Amino acid sequence: MSAVDIDVAADNAPAPGQTFLKIEDLWKAFGSFVALKDISLEVNKGEFVCFLGPSGCGKTTLLRAIAGLDIQSRGSVSQDGKDVSNLPPSERDFGIVFQSYALFPNLTIEKNIAFGLENTGVPKKEITARVDELLELVGLPDQGKKYPAQLSGGQQQRIALARAIASKPGLLLLDEPLSALDAKVRVSLRHEIKELQRKLGVTTIMVTHDQEEGLSMGDRIVVMNHGVIEQIGTPTEIYRDPSSLFVADFIGEMNQLDAKAPSKDTAMVGNTEFSCIQHDHSPDAPVIATIRPEDIVPHGTGARSPGAVDTITSEQNTIDVDIVDMEFLGSYWRAGLSGEALGNVRLVANFSINAIRRMELAVGQRLSIELAPNRLRVFPANSKAN
Amino acid sequence: MSVATQTELPAGKAIKPKLGSDDWIMRGFIAMIAVYLVIALALPLYAMLSKSFATYHYDLTQFEFQVSDEAGKFSGEVIAAQALNEQTGAYGPDDLVAGSNGRLKVTAFFPKFSFRSPVRYKIRGSSSSAVYLIGSERQTGTNWVETDSNMFRRIVLRPIASTGFSNFRTYFSTPSLVRSINNSLLISTISTIITVTLAFGFAYALARSCMRFKGVFRLLAMAPILVPSLLPGIALVYLFGNQGMLKSVMMGESIYGPYGIVAGSVFFTFPHAMLIITTALAISDARLYEAAVTLRASAWKTFWTVTIPGARYGLISASFVVFNLVITDFGLPKVIGGQYNMLAVDIYKQVIGQQNFEMGAVVSVVLLIPAMFAFGIDRFIQRKQVALLSARSVVYEPKPDKRFDWLCFAYCSLIAIFIAGILIVCQYAALIKFWPYDLSLSLNNYAFDLMDGGGWAAYRNSIKLALLTALFGTIVVFTGAYMVEKTQGFKTGRTLFQFLAMLPMAIPGMVLGLAYIFFFNNPDNPLHTIYGTMAILVLCTVTHFYTVSHLTAATALKQMDNEFESVSASLKQPFYKLFVRVSVPVCLPAILDISIYLFVNAMTTVSAVVFLYSSGTALASVAVLNMDDAGDVAPAAAMGMMIFYTNVIARTIHALASKGLIRHTQAWRTR
Ligand SMILES: Nc1ncnc2c1ncn2[C@@H]1O[C@H](COP(=O)(O)OP(=O)(O)OP(=O)(O)O)[C@@H](O)[C@H]1O
Ligand SMILES: [Mg+2]
Repeated sequence: MSAVDIDVAADNAPAPGQTFLKIEDLWKAFGSFVALKDISLEVNKGEFVCFLGPSGCGKTTLLRAIAGLDIQSRGSVSQDGKDVSNLPPSERDFGIVFQSYALFPNLTIEKNIAFGLENTGVPKKEITARVDELLELVGLPDQGKKYPAQLSGGQQQRIALARAIASKPGLLLLDEPLSALDAKVRVSLRHEIKELQRKLGVTTIMVTHDQEEGLSMGDRIVVMNHGVIEQIGTPTEIYRDPSSLFVADFIGEMNQLDAKAPSKDTAMVGNTEFSCIQHDHSPDAPVIATIRPEDIVPHGTGARSPGAVDTITSEQNTIDVDIVDMEFLGSYWRAGLSGEALGNVRLVANFSINAIRRMELAVGQRLSIELAPNRLRVFPANSKAN
Repeated sequence: MSVATQTELPAGKAIKPKLGSDDWIMRGFIAMIAVYLVIALALPLYAMLSKSFATYHYDLTQFEFQVSDEAGKFSGEVIAAQALNEQTGAYGPDDLVAGSNGRLKVTAFFPKFSFRSPVRYKIRGSSSSAVYLIGSERQTGTNWVETDSNMFRRIVLRPIASTGFSNFRTYFSTPSLVRSINNSLLISTISTIITVTLAFGFAYALARSCMRFKGVFRLLAMAPILVPSLLPGIALVYLFGNQGMLKSVMMGESIYGPYGIVAGSVFFTFPHAMLIITTALAISDARLYEAAVTLRASAWKTFWTVTIPGARYGLISASFVVFNLVITDFGLPKVIGGQYNMLAVDIYKQVIGQQNFEMGAVVSVVLLIPAMFAFGIDRFIQRKQVALLSARSVVYEPKPDKRFDWLCFAYCSLIAIFIAGILIVCQYAALIKFWPYDLSLSLNNYAFDLMDGGGWAAYRNSIKLALLTALFGTIVVFTGAYMVEKTQGFKTGRTLFQFLAMLPMAIPGMVLGLAYIFFFNNPDNPLHTIYGTMAILVLCTVTHFYTVSHLTAATALKQMDNEFESVSASLKQPFYKLFVRVSVPVCLPAILDISIYLFVNAMTTVSAVVFLYSSGTALASVAVLNMDDAGDVAPAAAMGMMIFYTNVIARTIHALASKGLIRHTQAWRTR
């Protein structure tokens, strides 16, 4: 098998559950400022993991620690069973792509890609072959003789990617690779990168602050805030079962209602007690009840009158509200709701076009809605500041 | 959530990063260049500082004598020199203050001494630090040494060194020396005001008018950079000196003195001020002018409320730069200062004229204070201006205005005539047979080999020095700047380096040169061997002009993506591959700028090298000084103009080379 056979990586296709990268109790301080606090994380072989979080939460810092570019203050990093905690980047096994592309401006595209293949004992002919192969792979087969400044941003980013995977690193690190591109290119490149990663089977970590990007690309998401990991999970887990108010708020949209928690499976909003997901808050502690707009089920204007077709699954969680405003968003409607049962706080709900048409909903109408009990979740109120 | 609120690292050992081979090599380089700066800058300055505080006196309590009888038998008492001196009053307190080379005769302690007498003498130190000479033989220690009276004649005591302020006390109680402080401050202030005002008008005309020949004006305004600062002095002598062409203009005043120094200073500092102010004007925001126009503000009001405040950092910065140039300049006041003393010239006179090195060091320290001060303020202001630069955006485009454009043209022409005039007078003087008696043209004044000063060899040496300085200086400066800008960790080392790199700007050339004497002309220094060679001249010149070169390199490097190094490391390539393949080619324009800067300055510099050249390494710029000093003013002018033409050619080659190289190697710059 030749050294430049692209299928090699594919042989290492995800062996599920096999830990490739392990980070334990990692801390990083810049002077007196602690940027990362007690980070522990395992990444499986072949997995695509996204670090997601607001600006300044420490994503890049964590990525640089993994790369050895900015070594952590405490804790360990091991890759492929080997402790690399204190190794310089040159003794680790990774390829990296930066937001700025960092292509060498005075070298042609070919030379850029070949930069890491030179002086490695690979014959010149094989290097040329490998470069052509990579150019093909990133969809820019005949641009090799150009200089970086002669390519568009998206093309440059693909070259940077090609350069990073040229020597088949075990780990691919991407720091906001798409954020310098315009929206359209970004979406199409998203798919390309994901596709490429799947094909090569290379374990990949991507930093992003764009939740859509994270959710659509990552096999698993690491949500970070203020230097700590808030939650690790698949995109659906993160979306469905946020473990903290921060995650609930940061990922997708969320109604947040001030509430009390009279018992372990109810939440009291305004003067109505709803049943909700199990929790362990004491009855008098203030809490926040949350529900996503799409988890508010409309039951039509006469839902509770005898003979209504709709089935209400939980009588207790059904209340009457008024439609305050409506907004058409293409594939669905967004409605602002308000009712005495909730103490007149505003609630945002997403209704399908069908539902609106079937129930003939319009602004000013009164409507029965159900807050799905297995979607209504409470969090401690003091975590809001987070 | 307890971790989230924790604001401190948990206890535990910090991780010790394993250093890769790159890290070691880079640290090696930083260390090497830091050592260079320590040897070429820090240690010499330290030597100079300690020299200024070094005082010498004879400690008579350290020596003891015994005198024999006529038969040569020592039965008398042992007497300390101190006691003898008190008895005889041989030496007063002033006599016991010495220079580093002082020697005190011992026979004066013995009034009855005769070198023919059969009486024998014994001498010893009462402590091990006592030093005396028998003939030229150095003696120390507490053992008796016995001599006959003839030999006793040749015994002298050596002073001991101590530290103290007495040199400074002497300095400040010598009126002729202290007067120089006032003179220097006064001349520098006046020159600064005039230069900055004139340069502002010039820069303003270039930036805000649509006059013609802007390129020519810009070029002419830069010409003074290409000549030694003492050349305008020579031209002024020809114009306004005792036999000057325009002597009547002086109305009886002498050009030798403040008038000459100020006029010459304006000439040689003009380009520096103009460059800084031009930059400042270029970045002021056009939107403010548009706003002023819409508000119907008068031109006068706009000038004072928009233009001046916008350029204020540039004006202040230019002022301090000019002030610093004038106060540290030595060549000009030497040529045209007459009896009017300036600090920089005092250093020269103390060292070369009177061989009083300690006093030279004291004057150097005095000169360092205003220079350091001006430098500090300039750095502070430049930092502010950078912040201003990034915030601004729209570039001002002047619109034609016939009257204003003509006014600007007339003004710039006057300045251009002044600058060109000085150069033309020099060239004319060089070609005249014998001013003012024989005005026929000849090349006699170019027969440098017939005059003192070094001859054509000096010119060749200068070119050699300039080339070597450009070559080694560029390598050292760029490599150093790269290491500082692009390495990670090793913070203390880098901070120290940064400081050392900025320091030369604040050190006047005279001070640096003198510091080199103290450091390198010390026989105990293993580097002593380079004293008097071309090597020390190169070392000194590179160091003298280090800061500006370093800043140029650092600016270019800062514009390069910081992630190049990260990418290269992730690709497992050694940093020097990146350095050679990417960093150097991308920074090539800056590298060429540094080399021409060093070349031109090495050709024109006088102040540092005037202390360091030897008969084998005489330089053209120093030859100008020495020929002028010896009365060969016309040959001095001829040599000065040779320097000018050489620099013009060098700059032309540089311009063509940059253009060609950029076209050849930087195809990537154009899309
Ligand atoms: N070299 C440094 N020195 C000091 N503080 C730093 C350094 N690098 C990062 N920080 C700080 O650490 C925190 C985390 O920075 P980091 O770059 O990791 O954020 P990020 O999550 O990548 O943000 P962004 O989305 O804006 O890129 C920030 O508060 C930042 O100011
Ligand atoms: Mg970042």
